[in-house]
Order: sequence, then structure tokens, then C-alpha cells
Amino acid sequence: MSAARTAKPSRPVLDTVRRRRTVVTPEGIALDFTVASRSSRAGALLIDLMIVALAMLLTTLLLIFLLFGTLQVGDGAFDQKNAAGRVLQGFAALWIVAMFLFRNAYFLFFELRPRGATPGKRMAGIRIAARDGAQLTAEAVIARNLVRDIELFLPAVFFAQASQGGGDTGVATFAALAWLLVFLAIPLAGRDRLRAGDIIAGSWVVEAPRAKLATLLATGTALRDGTSAITGARFRFSEAELAVYGEYELQTLERVLRDGRGENLVAVTEAICRKIGWEPGRGDERAFLEAYYAQLRARLEKGMRFGKRKADKHAGEG
Amino acid sequence: MNALSRLFAKTPEPVLAVEQAALRSDRFRLEREGDWKRLEAIVVRMEKGRLSRLSDEDILALPVLYRTVASSLAIARETSLDAATLAYLDSLAQRAWFLVYGPRVGLWGWLRRFLGGDWGRAVRGIGPDIAIALAVMVAGAVVGWLLVAHDPEWYAALIPEGLADARRPGADAATLRGTLYGDDGQAGLAVFAAALFSNNAQVAILAFALGFAFALPSLLLLVHNMAGLGAMLWLFDRAGLLPDLVAWLMVHGTTELFAILLAGAAGIHVGRALAFPGEAAMLDAAAIAGRRAAQVMTGVVLMLIVAAMLEGFFRQLVQDPVGRFAIGSFMLVFWIGYLFAWRRGASGDAA
Repeated sequence: MSAARTAKPSRPVLDTVRRRRTVVTPEGIALDFTVASRSSRAGALLIDLMIVALAMLLTTLLLIFLLFGTLQVGDGAFDQKNAAGRVLQGFAALWIVAMFLFRNAYFLFFELRPRGATPGKRMAGIRIAARDGAQLTAEAVIARNLVRDIELFLPAVFFAQASQGGGDTGVATFAALAWLLVFLAIPLAGRDRLRAGDIIAGSWVVEAPRAKLATLLATGTALRDGTSAITGARFRFSEAELAVYGEYELQTLERVLRDGRGENLVAVTEAICRKIGWEPGRGDERAFLEAYYAQLRARLEKGMRFGKRKADKHAGEG
Repeated sequence: MNALSRLFAKTPEPVLAVEQAALRSDRFRLEREGDWKRLEAIVVRMEKGRLSRLSDEDILALPVLYRTVASSLAIARETSLDAATLAYLDSLAQRAWFLVYGPRVGLWGWLRRFLGGDWGRAVRGIGPDIAIALAVMVAGAVVGWLLVAHDPEWYAALIPEGLADARRPGADAATLRGTLYGDDGQAGLAVFAAALFSNNAQVAILAFALGFAFALPSLLLLVHNMAGLGAMLWLFDRAGLLPDLVAWLMVHGTTELFAILLAGAAGIHVGRALAFPGEAAMLDAAAIAGRRAAQVMTGVVLMLIVAAMLEGFFRQLVQDPVGRFAIGSFMLVFWIGYLFAWRRGASGDAA
């Protein structure tokens, strides 16, 4: 893990560092996972619950519409042994099974697919994986989702039964809330934010990475002779001028170059020139920065090959 | 020294081909980019679930390319400071890993393996917990019987109002008999079966999931359910209808109670692993127990589907106690034989 990551990062960066875990896969390859943030998990869950609720509602409405709209079934048909009664009963059975499946199989169905994520998780950019870096088995997915039943749905059922049966809603609400809080506290307290289901299943929720291969920044011209195509200026930096910065600054510079925003280029050019004692000129800041980037990187990478790394401008060569 | 004041009248060179990259780490990247891109294309197609559009070649290439990219990543971490390339390799290696180690067995493949022996192996793996759950269930039924025999007031506490219906202390034998035979005025057998299944499966899932709280709630749930059964047995015994009730219960009961027994045992298994992890770390022990219990639970849901069919249809269609008894016994023998006696490849039973 590069030292640049701990270089004095801003808060969101710090949070990402804290959530990073290195897992060694069975082939001995170290992969860096980022544990999903609480907010993205909560968001994903809300989206999924909304989808489930909507699917339940639509299925119910559709069945009602089919029955009463097309079959013209009236009251009392349910107990009849005629054709309409049979159809009605069939629909009722279908409805019960559909509700059971929405409640229990929605999460299972999506998490067993290659993406390992429900639609809500996919939107939040997260997915599930096995904690030990080995196979995520179907059993694990089943286990983590069966436990969801007591974490989420049980308190809801508590509450619904109390309010339906005319029971003491206050007490039931309190009990349901307390229950929910206990199970919410588990992922909030743990280091890896495991919920009860994850503990049982040996799974965890991590960010689903998605990065495109960016273009090369330091190509031939910029490094070899540091010539600006616009102004024709040549930028060659001495060892001393390159030695002031480390990996952290190199990465910052890379981000600035990839963003390619004019005002940033100017500001960074001025900052570097101040530091190394050059006079900041005007015209082709990009060429200047590309040349500096390429030569700084060449210098730092050469150092790496000899086992010397410089984390940032404050660090000595180590 | 002004950088831009040093103007050289030199014509700018044409854009150089990327092959002429000057940094060693960039040349490393250019040499391997083709493999990375190929892996990315396979990964994208697999993530979209379009497995059928992948050629056999690509499927075979996946693990090889995954290792190539992973080793590229390891080298790049040591030699390159190009953060964008590192981020790309990191993400690509992870995405490929998700696929190589993801849940790849299709549902059918999994089900076939599950029914072909994995289920029985998982059930045998929680043997001690089944013994505990069975003891608790028997104790629950006995306690229920004794409580009600001692003081019939307990009956209302053990059996919910909705379930009791006509079956309550003081009801005459004819009324009680009426609840065992005849149509019960049941509306639609299919609805009845579906509702029974949905309800029972939810109870079973609860019994399992509560195992997370160190199994105690699972045990209480088993005791409570069985105490109700004990109370009902007492009631029908007083009316001299015990054999009829047992036959009535057995049609689906041997399957349903077996399933609830397994669900409770699965819960106990998980709770036990959490409370007494033994040599292994607590989280590892919980994960192993959880996966085994999940297999058992999948079977439980299947058994409850069968139980609902038996209860919804066969019990209404078969009104003769001997017939009911026969169906129930057959199912019991079937489940025990399938789960405990039938072993496929004795060597594979170690797990």
C-alpha cells in the first residue's frame, strides 16, 4: 500500500482509506477492497424495499383488476364451487405465493447472479463478496438473506399485527424500534460493517469498482525534450528541481492534468514555479506540467526500482 | 530563469506513436494492454448475464487472463506511479475475481447438487443440534399437555384465538370430531395450501434466523409451538379422539414438524457456533455454521411446500384415519431415509 495514501488527505479520502481492506485470494494475489459506506448501503436498501413494495402493490392491483375487471366476480364467489369461484381461489393462491416470493426471494434472485447485487445495490455501486477472498457460495447468499427476515421484516410484522389486532400500538412500536436499533447497531459498531446476515454467511458488502483505462499522460515528446507545441518552449528540469516533490504531489498533478481545467493548470504551474524558483510564463501551461509530470515520474519510478520511495514533499528519500 | 522566455525556433514534432512511450512503466502497460482489454470485454459481457454469447475460448481464457491481470497489478504496484492505470488494474482484477469466485453455478446446477446429496450431508452435519431440537420439542409438547391437564385455563394462553375456533375445552366430542373430518367449510384447497405454506415457511425462517441471538429464542419458539400441540393432544384425548387427531395431524405433520425441527436445529447450530466457536475465530465459525444451516433451510422450505400440499389437498381428500396414518408414516420414512440413510459416494460424506 503506497505511503502516498496516508499523506495528509482530505476527509473523504481519509474515510476511503479507512474502509480499504487487503484480501489475499487463493492464488496469493492481494486485492484491495473498499467496504461499502453506510450511506450507500442504506440507500441501496431503501431502493430495494421500494421496488419490493411497488412490485407487491402492482401484482395485487393487477390480480384484482384481472378478476373484477374481466371476470365480473361478485361478493360471495369465493366460497362457490363454480368456475368463477375456482378462478378466484386460484388467483388468491397465486397472490399468497407471489407475496412470499417477493419478500423472501427478491434479494436472493439478484444476489445469486454474476453481478452479486440487487438493483438497489447496483445503483449504489456496491455488491456482496466472500470475506475470505474465496468462493461466494449460493449457501452464503441464502444464509445472509434468511437472516434479513428478523432484522427488517420481523419488527414490521410486530407493528402491523399490533395495529391490526387493536393491541397496544405504543408498546409494539417501541419494541419494533428497539429491535431495529439492535440490528442496526451491529453493522454500525463493527469494523467491516457486517450486518447479522453477513456474519452468518461469511460475506461482506464492498464497493463494486468501475474504472476505465485512461490515456497515457507521459508520452514521448513531453519527457524526452519537454517541448511545447504551442510556444516552442523546452522544459528540462534538473535533479534538484525534481527532488522537491514526492508521490503524493505526482498524483495530484496527474489528477489536474486528467481534469484538464484551464484555471487549475495555471494555478498549479504557478505553485510549482514558485517552489522550484522558475518564473511562471504564460501560454502553454499544459506542456510545462506534462513535462514536469513525466520527468518527476521518471525520477520517482527509477527510485522505486532501487527501493527508494518518497511519499510527499515533506518526506526524505527513503 | 523564465521557462517560457527560452524560445527555440524549432518546429514541433508530429504526435509520436504511443509505442514510443518514454517511461519504462508506460511501455510495460502498452505491452499488456491487449490482454487487459480482452479481459475487460469478457467481464462486461458476463456482468450483463450474457453467458450464452461468450465463446468457449473466452470462458476458458477468463481464469488465465485474470491471473495475467493480477500479476500485472502486482508488478505495476512496485514499478508504476501512474495512479489511473493502477486504479484501472485494481478494479479490473477485482471484477474478474468476483466472476471467477462468484456464485457461478446456475440455479439448476445448484439444485441438482443440493438434492443429489448436499442437503442430506448438511442435515447430518447438524446432527447434535437436531437431537437438541427434538428433545426441546418433545419437552414442549409434554409441558403443554401437563399444563392444560393441571389447569385448563392454560389452553387459551397456549392456542391463539383464531386457531382454536371450535377446539376449546368443554367442546363436546361431536364438535371436535367435526374439526377432524369433513370439509371444515374450507374455501379453496389451493388457497388453503398456499396460505399454510407461506405461514409455516415464515415461522421456520424465524426459528432459524433467531438462532443468531445465541439460539435461545429459537428454543423458546419451538417450546411455544409444541406446547400448543401438547394442549391440543390433551383436549382430543379427553374426548377419546386421540388416534383420530394423530392421524389427522400426521398427514402433513410428519413433514411439517420435521421441517420445523430442522429449522430450529439450524438456528441452534448457528447460535452454538456463535456462543462456542471453539478453535476457530468467532466470525469464521459463524460463517461455516451459517452456510451449512442455509442448506438445511433451503430444504426446510421445500419440505414445507410438500407439507402444504399434503395438508391442503390430501387431508381433505382422504377422510379415513387409516389412510391418513399411512400417508403420514410413509412421508416420515421417506424423509428419514432420504436425509439420513441415502448417501451418495460414502467418501464425500466427510464434510
